[in-house]
Amino acid sequence: MTDILERARDRALDRGEGLSYDELVEVLRLPDDQVPALLELAHGVRMKHCGPEVEVEGIISLKTGGCPEDCHFCSQSGQFTSPVRSVWLDIPQLVRAAEETAATGATEFCIVAAVRGPDERLMSQVRDGIRAIQEAVDINVACSLGMLTQEQVDDLAAMGVHRYNHNLEAARSYFPSVVTTHSYEERWDTCQMVRAAGMELCCGGLVGMGETLEQRAELAAQLAELDPHEVPLNFLNPRPGTPFGDLPLMDSADALRTIAAFRLAMPRTILRYAGGRELTLGDLGTRDGLLGGINAVIVGNYLTTLGRDADEDLALLSDLKMPIKELAKTL
Amino acid sequence: MGGYCGLCGEPRDDLPHAACDARLALEPPRFCTSCRRRMKVQVTPRGWSAECVEHGVVTG
Repeated sequence: MTDILERARDRALDRGEGLSYDELVEVLRLPDDQVPALLELAHGVRMKHCGPEVEVEGIISLKTGGCPEDCHFCSQSGQFTSPVRSVWLDIPQLVRAAEETAATGATEFCIVAAVRGPDERLMSQVRDGIRAIQEAVDINVACSLGMLTQEQVDDLAAMGVHRYNHNLEAARSYFPSVVTTHSYEERWDTCQMVRAAGMELCCGGLVGMGETLEQRAELAAQLAELDPHEVPLNFLNPRPGTPFGDLPLMDSADALRTIAAFRLAMPRTILRYAGGRELTLGDLGTRDGLLGGINAVIVGNYLTTLGRDADEDLALLSDLKMPIKELAKTL
Repeated sequence: MGGYCGLCGEPRDDLPHAACDARLALEPPRFCTSCRRRMKVQVTPRGWSAECVEHGVVTG
């Protein structure tokens, strides 16, 4: 076993501590023939510190498209010539989507809006939607509505929002190449407010956006510093019309190395497969990632693109003897 | 064949669309295949619907 894997075993597996930035860089530089050993170690860390359960979540776009921000990976920005049109979901459709999600055994249902931050119309729609979901479905409700004010954070906590998603998206050093309409620090501040209000924090990012290997390690280290309850890990799915639309798909071995590195950076977090895994990893890679540090999935479709068939993912979890985490409300 | 590609919106007759067709396994159509209008698309956890103002709703 290589030196870095020995140190990772001691730190992450035995002591439950995350690796440093420098160590994560070493992990991401491991040659292909070391990837199986790396994944095995990351899986061991996940099993020891998180257990065999997998948290299943469904997501829905409440307000699609027309976003004023310029996140270069996103087809919902109004600044690009993406074919995605603006559309709002009504409350009955929202409740139906929550019911569909709960029927898979999922414990989380995340309501997402493509906005810089919520205005009063959106907050009102979210309030009505959460009330309707809570009356009809036994599921934890999460939200992802962009940057928040303290008043909005308090409102969402009072509505019973269990978890709030706000990604860092990229390493601090690469962020200006990904977004120019708001800053990394603004994102960081919203994350801190969310946690202070007692909501669980969901904060992750995307890889495969042209960042360096060192910036990938930097993102993992910065997320570890933030210490979110959940880290959704997305792999760029290049969207037509966006500035990143012509980037190649991330190499699958690099994607698996990244999964393992994120697990070794955050031994106890919920590390979730999010968008792009179908293209980047395929069926076999999806299985490898679940045996390499991942312990949560988004089931079914994403916001504007389609995912693997939910039944296939659930069958895979059953095959891997990874039980679905049961509902446990924390608020 | 006629009509338009639901993914890229270009005419079906002018270009090969095998790559587009493959991608439509992982994303809903964005353009009406009859008139090329951009459609209003809503993706849900287990399906999608796409509405053309002229030709109605398709689902998947």
